[in-house]
Amino acid sequence: MGELLKVQNITKYFPAKTGFFESSGAPIHALNDISFAIAQGETLGLVGESGCGKSTLAKVIARLILPTSGKIFFEGDDITSVNGARLKKIRRNIQFVFQDPHASLNPHMTIGSTVSEPFVIHGLSGAKKALLEAENILDLVGISKEAVKRYPHEFSTGQRQRIAIARALALTPKLIIADEPIASLDVSIQAQILNLLKELKEKFNLTYLFISHDLRIIEYISDRVIVMYLGKIMEIASSRDLYKHPIHPYTEALLSAIPVINPQSKKKRIILKGEIPATTKLPSGCVFHTRCIYVKQRCIDEIPKLTKHDNRFFACHFPL
Amino acid sequence: MFWKRFKKNKLAVIGGILVFGLFAVAIFAPLLAPYDPDIINMEQVLQSPGAAHILGTDDLGRDVLSRMIYGTRISLSIGFIAIAIATIIGVILGSISGYYGRLIDSLIMRLVDIMLSVPTFFLLLTVLAIVGPSIWIVMFVIGLTGWMSIARLVRAEFLTLKEREFVQAARSIGASDARIIFRHILPNALTPVYVSFILGVAGAILMESGLSFLGFGVQPPTPSWGNILTAGREYMEVAWWLILFPGIAIFITCLSYYILGEGIRQALDPKLKI
Repeated sequence: MGELLKVQNITKYFPAKTGFFESSGAPIHALNDISFAIAQGETLGLVGESGCGKSTLAKVIARLILPTSGKIFFEGDDITSVNGARLKKIRRNIQFVFQDPHASLNPHMTIGSTVSEPFVIHGLSGAKKALLEAENILDLVGISKEAVKRYPHEFSTGQRQRIAIARALALTPKLIIADEPIASLDVSIQAQILNLLKELKEKFNLTYLFISHDLRIIEYISDRVIVMYLGKIMEIASSRDLYKHPIHPYTEALLSAIPVINPQSKKKRIILKGEIPATTKLPSGCVFHTRCIYVKQRCIDEIPKLTKHDNRFFACHFPL
Repeated sequence: MFWKRFKKNKLAVIGGILVFGLFAVAIFAPLLAPYDPDIINMEQVLQSPGAAHILGTDDLGRDVLSRMIYGTRISLSIGFIAIAIATIIGVILGSISGYYGRLIDSLIMRLVDIMLSVPTFFLLLTVLAIVGPSIWIVMFVIGLTGWMSIARLVRAEFLTLKEREFVQAARSIGASDARIIFRHILPNALTPVYVSFILGVAGAILMESGLSFLGFGVQPPTPSWGNILTAGREYMEVAWWLILFPGIAIFITCLSYYILGEGIRQALDPKLKI
């Protein structure tokens, strides 16, 4: 399995307040020195609490926002700052599925024009043929052909997410970034969409970057998992290893929060103390030290590096 | 949905009917006018309203009703074309300003501020005094000085819409800026523009009347409500009908546009319970 996408030392700061002449206040540190790679054909899960930078990372990779520093490579090519025709070519290969299908479909456009638009934009076919292509793709995601003449508000949330997936699929991309694609769906629909994504992956040999805050969903769909906290990677491991034996205390705490169906089970629940620190003022040393139950002096003084050990990565001085 | 809400507002429906009526009058003016508006009849000068001339005649013996009916054409077309020009300029500049932000936004918004700081009416008078009055110049100048509020409105819509996910989705499939602006954002930003357009027409009609009254607008013998009023001013004491009826026409037209515009705004605003 070759590397499809590589991210190197990505950092993203959002300036706190920009006036006409100046920017003042501490910037928001959304992403701090993020590095990882996605292999061709895998599903990489990205998990973390709200506000830890998951969506920012996804948008940086999809070239929807520019990183402050760092590099993104797609199939070996540096795409961090490509523009114009080259960027358009990259867009064909990296597609995005958004969290809320109520917001991600243009309310003034018919489903047909939404799903056929990618073909038209990339000059792959004329408007008429593009509509036929759209019908085919809609069929693949389980939406009937009659939908092309209708508007988004006529569909249920689950159907809309199928339509959004159809649009992402239209250009037969290599990588699909799915940013919490099922978080806004009912539980019964969640499984359907997950299975649809799995099916499509097999059929089109896709690679997914799958973002969620739900650990069980990540476990179900991912081959490997990245755990993020406060804009930093805490741990990267294969799904099996991570859930069996977390190395980072933060991962351990997250896993202990998964509800267990058996009421008799005496699982140890780790309750993290305090709140997530402000992203404008990151803690010294390990960003997790303010809440870690194993915290030691070294964690406060020294920033742990993301280190590799036995095919897994972790950023902790005292791995479990 | 829109119609249901709109129909509940009886006043707005009346406004709408009146506006439609005015259009009908303008279109069918030759059929409706009892006399030719330009024919001078010195034997019938300053006739008070009666059976032969329902709204009387003016100082040259022309039928006031006929002149007002033809004046509807001028007043409505000036109102419409002027505001169409203002809307096109406002929408384009507002879109660019809101979409691109940063320096372009600052420049366009400062231009708006500068334009707004000049009293429009006096600017109009100055321009018309320099280039000379004609219907077309009046339309263009009203248009060129009336786009600022629409630009601000559209800019504000763009600022919120450009962050929406469907816009990012369009960007991620490779849509060009022009495509995103005109196909994705603009259709979603037009609702307040419709309302502002209709309210603007009323303002432009009022402005045209004012200019014509001062002699800078539509020039005689072409009839417009404003210049009928002007001509009547001199005979106010002996021929009250010359100023009363054009005044009422201007008043009713503006009022019906305003209540129609307000009705549409209320019907489109989902937060308002009607």
